[in-house]
Amino acid sequence: MSGAAIPAGRPLDAYARKPLFSPAMWTGLSAAVVVLGSLPLLNLAFPAGHPLHVSAYAVALLGKFMCYALAALALDLVWGYAGILSLGHGLFFALGGYAHGMYLMRAIGRDGAYGSDLPDFMVFLDWKAYPWYWSFTEHFWYAMLLVVAVPGALAFVFGYFAFRSRIKGVYFSIITQALTFAAMLLFFRNDTGFGGNNGFTDFKRILGFDITAPETRAALYWVTLAALAGFLVAARAVTQSKLGRVLTAIRDSESRLRFIGYEPLGFKLFVWTLSAMMCGIAGALYVPQVGIINPGEMSTETSIEMVIWVATGGRGTLLGPIIGAGAVNGLKTWFTSVFPEFWLYALGLIFVLTTLFLPQGMVGLARRLAARRGEQA
Amino acid sequence: MTRHRPPLPVSPAEASGAGGAAAYGRVKPSGVDTTHGAILYLEEVTVSFDGFKALNRLSLDIGVGELRCIIGPNGAGKTTMMDVITGKTRPTSGTVFFGQSIDLTGLDESQIAHAGIGRKFQRPTVFEHHTVFENLELAMKADKRVRATLRSRLGGEQIDRIGQTLELVRLTREAGREAGLLSHGQKQWLEIGMLLMQEPLLLLLDEPVAGMTDAETERTGELLDELRGRHSLVVVEHDMEFVTRIADGGRVTVLHEGSVLAEGSMAAVQADPKVIEVYLGR
Amino acid sequence: MRIAAIALILRVLALALALPAPALAADPAPAAQGLDATLLARLADTETDTRLGAISALGESADPQAARVLQALGDSRLRATADGRMLVDTGDGRAADAATGRAMDLPRNAEPVIVNNRLRRAIAGALAGSQLFAADPAVRRAAAQRLAREGDAGRLPLIGRALDAERDESVRASLQVAQASLELKSDRPQVRRHAVELLGRTDNAAFRPMLAALALPRPDGAYAEPDAGVREAAAAAVRRIDRHLATVEWMGNLFYGLSLGSILLLAALGLAITFGLMGVINMAHGELLMIGAYVAYLVQLAFRRMFPAWTDWYVIAALPAAFLVAAALGMALERTIIRWLYGRPLETLLATWGISLMLMQGVRSLFGAQNVEVANPSWMSGGFAVMNGLVLTYNRVAIIVFALLVVFFVWLLLNHTRLGLFVRAITQNRRMADCVGVPTGRVDMLAFGLGSGIAGLAGVALSQLGNVGPDLGRAYLVDSFMVVVLGGVGQLAGTVVAALGLGGINKFLEPYAGAVMAKITVLVLIILFVQKRPQGLFAPRGRSAE
Repeated sequence: MSGAAIPAGRPLDAYARKPLFSPAMWTGLSAAVVVLGSLPLLNLAFPAGHPLHVSAYAVALLGKFMCYALAALALDLVWGYAGILSLGHGLFFALGGYAHGMYLMRAIGRDGAYGSDLPDFMVFLDWKAYPWYWSFTEHFWYAMLLVVAVPGALAFVFGYFAFRSRIKGVYFSIITQALTFAAMLLFFRNDTGFGGNNGFTDFKRILGFDITAPETRAALYWVTLAALAGFLVAARAVTQSKLGRVLTAIRDSESRLRFIGYEPLGFKLFVWTLSAMMCGIAGALYVPQVGIINPGEMSTETSIEMVIWVATGGRGTLLGPIIGAGAVNGLKTWFTSVFPEFWLYALGLIFVLTTLFLPQGMVGLARRLAARRGEQA
Repeated sequence: MTRHRPPLPVSPAEASGAGGAAAYGRVKPSGVDTTHGAILYLEEVTVSFDGFKALNRLSLDIGVGELRCIIGPNGAGKTTMMDVITGKTRPTSGTVFFGQSIDLTGLDESQIAHAGIGRKFQRPTVFEHHTVFENLELAMKADKRVRATLRSRLGGEQIDRIGQTLELVRLTREAGREAGLLSHGQKQWLEIGMLLMQEPLLLLLDEPVAGMTDAETERTGELLDELRGRHSLVVVEHDMEFVTRIADGGRVTVLHEGSVLAEGSMAAVQADPKVIEVYLGR
Repeated sequence: MRIAAIALILRVLALALALPAPALAADPAPAAQGLDATLLARLADTETDTRLGAISALGESADPQAARVLQALGDSRLRATADGRMLVDTGDGRAADAATGRAMDLPRNAEPVIVNNRLRRAIAGALAGSQLFAADPAVRRAAAQRLAREGDAGRLPLIGRALDAERDESVRASLQVAQASLELKSDRPQVRRHAVELLGRTDNAAFRPMLAALALPRPDGAYAEPDAGVREAAAAAVRRIDRHLATVEWMGNLFYGLSLGSILLLAALGLAITFGLMGVINMAHGELLMIGAYVAYLVQLAFRRMFPAWTDWYVIAALPAAFLVAAALGMALERTIIRWLYGRPLETLLATWGISLMLMQGVRSLFGAQNVEVANPSWMSGGFAVMNGLVLTYNRVAIIVFALLVVFFVWLLLNHTRLGLFVRAITQNRRMADCVGVPTGRVDMLAFGLGSGIAGLAGVALSQLGNVGPDLGRAYLVDSFMVVVLGGVGQLAGTVVAALGLGGINKFLEPYAGAVMAKITVLVLIILFVQKRPQGLFAPRGRSAE
């Protein structure tokens, strides 16, 4: 679906000048940003116990959810709009996280358990110096470059070979799953130099600021919110453009599109690489807020969970994945604190019920209901 | 087999400098060498699937501006021939040339489409979730590479062109409707419209009137008449009345078991005993 | 003076006569005949040299009784009677005849035979020799090793005789080492060379260091072995042993590769059927495997409680049980969930993943999150020792055979039964099969059941090889998919080749890269391969293949 269907009979000019968001949508978006943005203020301004106080836990939790939402948004671009189901997007998320993590590990300086210039896990392995791929990661800007460059480059190379050979559908999905699985195995090894199965943790500072201070947390939260909102607008711009229509044409009938003269490879590669970079950024924002990154983020389970966030919210809607990520993770947080043994049953049920009864997700359902009410009116 | 990306043919409106006038093609296409008068050559094309020969040393050529009808029983290889021309199937042996110089066997579907060959499929395949307008917009002849597509904005002139096509295929009022919701006949017309938006030099039409009403069939015939001369057309059909009507003195080719059984005017072909035995019946 | 000289000559003569005598007397004579009484009598002789001769003669004897006599002598338990008979004091007033070992009462006139240090040393040395013929192989082995350490080349004939009589492999090996080490001390290069060649022919890796030391120069540049011919022979022997080792390793890799391949085959076969037939990606496939393994565990428990005598045969019962349980579960899945999602492979993937989560959690709640113990039945423990250094364990061999049997039955089913015909028809053209009256719904259910049942069987096989825990299935999921993707859809042959090939490649890469890197490399190779050839190894061709 490329936005609201234009009713038959309108002058054709209307098609050329479609706005990015309708006025109603802009209002809604701004309101959401304001409300969400105010939460860290409420956390900082009011002391604990005050009725308007928002706990640091809530701020951190929402920050984490927003990172997930960004990753889900990235996945929706490739899956909902281009029809490419990736079961390995967790890999890009984790790679972005690790890239940022390298900087954060460096920023610990000598405050680690061993009081050495090297991170604790390297001292433990009896390494004397940083491996070559850790070079320059003490510079923040370089780490940020890696955050987009590494997932982007990997996605580009992998995507190039995969799309060129015209692997489609489930085969592609299985291959992405194998890719993330192999990467996870690699990162679990201590020799790989990324902390093995413990990963990176115990961060102390970011850009000189104490990473656990409420002000720093608030700043990270706002950056995440800005990124999410910004990428939402950007994604909307892409999907509303002619390129977006080409993508949905690829999703619906790729071979037909070839006969019109489009070479799908470039388009798929574009959206795939963009999505990977977005996911990398999400991972990079995630790590300082959660305080840890380990190879578990690359597991097949994590990647498939991302897919269900998008499916539950409603794929191909941009808003849906954000809502889905929030809803499913909210449910997860609730379950794991109250009925931990039942969480996996609940998650499994969500998978089954969503695919059977809610193929368009919650947003799709809402639209259908709204349309039906519109017809009845 | 080098991958040759042909230069983009200049749009007629841009070339003539005039705006607005409906111009669906030119007699002398540039980028495609038609100095010998033929726009498409198939020579000794064989397509073999595990021993079964779908095309068996098929040779034919299409002249510039010609409207050629291809008929034949099921399994004769008509659709396979189209697949070969448009790059969907690679021939086991033989050559296919677009004009004098463009070897189609080395190109893929999008390159061939970009070179100026448009195809309408047996079953209407439009983009179901896009509106009629968007379908036409997608098909429209333009720079179809990634960056250009990302930046593209619909200009007034392009909207006009889409409008004209909409009128031609009688879908103006359905412009905002999802293509999946159209009737079968309307979908066929939309696909023809998309084909026209591509501004191809050679049109391949696979059973264009299948499932159409008599009135729609008549309309299609008129349209094809209009296109003849400005474009080159290859029409595969089973409806003999329709074929007789559009062939109109032009050549008709009969395919059988992967190669040409007979070729000539409709009357000659209908009288040919081999054709009668294999296809037309007594 | 002349009398002393004559006495000396006589003594020497006596010695000279005494020495060969045991050589003649000690020809492998059955123990029942007993030792030579005169020989025994000499043990109590007044002359030390005579006694030494007797001791050494006994040491050369193949008769186990000789060892006992020597032992008794050393322990001061040997008694001599007035009439010259030797007895061994066995304690409590009882004795054994030294020659025959026959038990009797200890007579009161039996005098102890006294030994001194020199004799003790001789006894110890002789014992080592006679222990070469002891009843217990461990004792014989220790004796051989001691002889090697003592380095007395004079023992060589004894060792030679022991080798002729010896049947136990490990003792033979020790004897050969002893013989060779003693021969290596010989002055004569031919003897040394012979020793070296012999050691090389044994293909035993234990000799490699010794031989290498002979062939290669020491750190200071000099050679331990002066003779060039012997060095050459040693180098050749080392190469021979190396070749043998390489062959053993290669065969080991082949076997383990085959074993891993057979496991992958069992695990992936069911998936190949459901994916090939229905295009259904069943992410719960791993859990069906896991459930099969747990069924084996439960059956084992049941047998232990109810039919303890038959516990060893629980595997036979576990196979059909696991098949039925997994098949039932699969069919239930198909009827309730999967059939609504036909034609939507990505949704099926997600839904079955949800099922897999629920199944895993269910098993965790029922049986706990830790591994449960499933033991090999005794007839599957142990293995064939092949080729000096390679053991083909029974359980792996059984699984290889089992996997091939299963493939065979599936092939039979697909190609020679009506159900198989329907399955193949549906794989090629579902619509058409529907039109001609194939009951597609029922066939789908049965085929899914079959695929799931095979997964259950695979689970039983896995339970025999390793740990059984709730995440057993996860470990094999990605691998199973790789096999299916690599082998090509709808092709039994492809699945077999892909599974065995992957198993083999994995095992052959392991020595170079380690288990984890080998796995990663295989995954990457598959990813690259599938991009080059998306249809897999055996691809369906033609117009219908879309």
